[in-house]
Amino acid sequence: MKILTLLGLFSACFSAHSINIENSAGQFFSSGHTNNWAVLVCTSRFWFNYRHVANTLSVYRSVKRLGIPDSHIVLMLADDMACNHRNPKPATVFSHKNMELNVYGDDVEVDYRGYEVTVENFLRVLTGRLPPSTPRSKRLLSDDRSNILIYLTGHGGNGFLKFQDSEEISNVELADAFEQMWQKRRYNELLFIIDTCQGASMYERFYSPNIMALASSQVGEDSLSHQPDLAIGVHLMDRYTFYLLEFLEDIHPASKTNMNDLFKVCPKSQCVSTPGHRTDLFLRDPGSVLITDFFGSVRKVELTMEAINLTDPIKQVEENPVNGEGQKEVYSYTDQLPVSEIIHQKPKQKDWHPPDGFILGLWTLILLVFFKTYGIKHLKHIF
Amino acid sequence: MAAHRCSYCSWLFILFSLSVFVIADIHETTAVSDHHVGVSDNTQTETADQPTVEERQWEATEVKEAAPDNVAADTQGTSAPETMVPSSVPQPKDDFQEELVIRPLHSGDIYASFQFRTLWDTDFMRDNKVSHYRLFPKSLGQVISKFSVRELHISFTQGYWRTMQWGQPFISSPPGAELWVWFQDSVTDVDATWKELTNVLSGIFCASLNFIDSTNTVQPSASFKPLGIGNETDHRFLRYATLPREIVCTENLTPWKKLLPCGSKAGLAVLLKSEKLFHSSFHSQAVHIRSVCQDRQCKTTSWELRQTLNSVFDLHTSGQGKREWSLFKMFSRTLTEACPLASSSKLYIDITDNSQGEQFELIPATSLLSQAVVLGDRRTFSVYDLTQETTFGSVRSLNLLIRWKSSDMLRPLLHAERYVAGYGLQTGEIHTLMYNNHPYRSFPVLLLDSVPWYLRLYIHTLSVTSKGKDNKPSYIHYEPSKDRVRPHLLEMLIQLPPNSVTEVTVQFERALLKWTEYPPDPNHGFYVGSSVISSLVPSTVAMDTNSTQERPLFSSFFPCKEESSYFVRIYTEPLLVNLPTPDFSMPYNVICLTCTVVAVGYGSLYNLLTRSFQIEEPNPGLAKRIANVIRKMRGVPPL
Repeated sequence: MKILTLLGLFSACFSAHSINIENSAGQFFSSGHTNNWAVLVCTSRFWFNYRHVANTLSVYRSVKRLGIPDSHIVLMLADDMACNHRNPKPATVFSHKNMELNVYGDDVEVDYRGYEVTVENFLRVLTGRLPPSTPRSKRLLSDDRSNILIYLTGHGGNGFLKFQDSEEISNVELADAFEQMWQKRRYNELLFIIDTCQGASMYERFYSPNIMALASSQVGEDSLSHQPDLAIGVHLMDRYTFYLLEFLEDIHPASKTNMNDLFKVCPKSQCVSTPGHRTDLFLRDPGSVLITDFFGSVRKVELTMEAINLTDPIKQVEENPVNGEGQKEVYSYTDQLPVSEIIHQKPKQKDWHPPDGFILGLWTLILLVFFKTYGIKHLKHIF
Repeated sequence: MAAHRCSYCSWLFILFSLSVFVIADIHETTAVSDHHVGVSDNTQTETADQPTVEERQWEATEVKEAAPDNVAADTQGTSAPETMVPSSVPQPKDDFQEELVIRPLHSGDIYASFQFRTLWDTDFMRDNKVSHYRLFPKSLGQVISKFSVRELHISFTQGYWRTMQWGQPFISSPPGAELWVWFQDSVTDVDATWKELTNVLSGIFCASLNFIDSTNTVQPSASFKPLGIGNETDHRFLRYATLPREIVCTENLTPWKKLLPCGSKAGLAVLLKSEKLFHSSFHSQAVHIRSVCQDRQCKTTSWELRQTLNSVFDLHTSGQGKREWSLFKMFSRTLTEACPLASSSKLYIDITDNSQGEQFELIPATSLLSQAVVLGDRRTFSVYDLTQETTFGSVRSLNLLIRWKSSDMLRPLLHAERYVAGYGLQTGEIHTLMYNNHPYRSFPVLLLDSVPWYLRLYIHTLSVTSKGKDNKPSYIHYEPSKDRVRPHLLEMLIQLPPNSVTEVTVQFERALLKWTEYPPDPNHGFYVGSSVISSLVPSTVAMDTNSTQERPLFSSFFPCKEESSYFVRIYTEPLLVNLPTPDFSMPYNVICLTCTVVAVGYGSLYNLLTRSFQIEEPNPGLAKRIANVIRKMRGVPPL
């Protein structure tokens, strides 16, 4: 009798639970992506471009705060502002004047820095065509279920972005790189944000699906910087990223704000330039795309009450204990500056190399001249 | 979906039946657990009591922590009880020690040197891979085993050590990044392994070490002998490279701190805050990996990982001009506890000049004193043992306060500087000066110079003079450079006469690079790495040649073979030279100007010569045109 009631109770619980499971399973897979990546690039060198580094670091800070780990962020800074000798407060990069917010922080990992930030390295990171010895932290190991956030800042113009004052990347190259990523299934959805002068020209040429792009200014307009700090002596941030940072500070990992709010960041009254965006290549409706789909990290947790039996550990064959063995050789430290040894050091036995082209050519010339002068019949006297 | 539901159904049924069993046989739980224990027990080699096996599984961590304290006294026999731990192989013993040495300097600045040492008795070169890492960081362990590294030394430094104002550091390092590695004999292609190793290290330390390639790597023939155990020293397995341009910032400190067992959460590493550390006159962080003897007999070796951090805080920027230093003033933190994983955690203050307490005072006072022979001199230190609770006092935090008047500086016996002489952008001269300040002893120095290929050295102009007279080196090793392939390597063994200055000069010519080889900011200049001077300096007190383990860490870095002298390695300044730099805006200007001249000049001339002129009738007015049309229709000639 008791068993029957228990059975009945269980089946009732089960049916209720299964409906919840189906719902949550549906929610689990609705967004379509399983991991998040971010590629944040600052392309300017020199102290007066402090604000570009501050821009990139503030996006880095927001992205880390919302959950993307360092292993999934590729941060490229073309110059070092924090420990620059002109920085009156070393190891800091501020975004607000009066030094309110240090976006450099205490836990930062820069993957590409200094001279490593080049167009070639940037395109290689995006397309994944890196030399085999590149460490993991410098690679974008995304797959076809990754949502990638790409943020570029620096000096740009109509159709190009300047890298380090010595080379440019054009909007055609960027569009082709994204197409390569699409064909290699390296992203699920991509959000491209650019904060440069005439930034909208950079996303004009995109033609791959699932890309949403935002820019800080239209073609023909300049993006302006926000405010200088008189103690540091340079402008600290660009306007668009400043208001973007303010907007992102209100986002927390569980917030439901969507992309339409992001498009409203920094209207013309605050930014002086007109931010633009492009959503025609994006399949979903921007109103249904959460900010945390790109800026945060997917972390779905499923609780289970089941017990799992761990297998027994693999027993390794024990080595014989080495006590009492006297025949082990005695080690010793090397002499650091053995003067007598060095003075009498024999010259290294160089490997014998066959004579190279120059010597061979010279001897051939000498032989030819000799035989031409004296005739071929002298050969028999030699050989 | 239907299949899902079926599987759910069956799952639930199984669960339900199991729970029914449990409810029915609740008194048999003890038997069930016994059954599990019995199963695991059968796989053990030792026999143990049945009910206490579970407790021993939990106690395993305590057994391992107690063992490192007995490392010095233990023989291999005590490893036997550890094999009774059922879940693991005999654990190699590892040990972690941390210490901080604070030395007030003559100029009012203060020198802080952190040393963190992890010793691990294991063999990375074994076939079956090491997989259980405890105190030793896994990233470095994998680097050692994958690249067959025998010894690895890497340092990142910002600033230059001013020997004449600050004395000698415990371990010196050149500005920028420096990496030197000894590989094992089993490596077949050292250059390829070196290239891969630099790439991997650049990822670990977030530095641009991937710029190390054949153009700045050298293979010294006599310098940089291995600091660890080893009987063979074939210099084919040694590689040395330096990047003088490399900057050090928080992004290098962050991964460095993550290598420590306690991270930056406990122990001495809580003091390492980047905002204070990088606001200093000198900052250097290094990682040294080598094999050391485990005990005096030196029959077995263990791997040693030393992480050192040296910092000099300036009197005026950090100290606000007062000769009163405290931990809070230097690091903006105080110490609250030792790292729980450390077997020893100590703080040493150098009080050698303060025997009667007249020079400076320490608050809180301590009764522990220690003497150590370091840099050829016997120094006295006050010791604060952080593993004792009493060190922290009632406030549970240690903020050491040092107040002193002034101290005499011990004059360094060996000191070097280097500069570029000459004018213009074509030629120049490198001068290296080495000072021997000992009144009556002379000693040998080994000078290693690695000059990039774009400074073409004229070795026939190399001259070494001491006290005005020529001083012929007893050993010279020179490898000429090859354009774009390898740099110059010059090694010389010079005997420095007592109380003298030795000057080494060599002239060079600057090369013109191809326009793609210039960095984005070429007018900054190009760096030439520091010269390395290794030397055996006579010491005033007898050095201890036994490599025992009771010495504080800062005095036991360089192995000591003889009592009368100690080994020291110092670095000169790096050089910054300008190469002839083209004006990179000129190609654009030239193209514009040339095209304009060609278009205007040639175009006009071409038109004048080739065009023929015809007279053209002016366009008739509208009325005339209509009239012409009508006349055409009529068949009459037009107007």
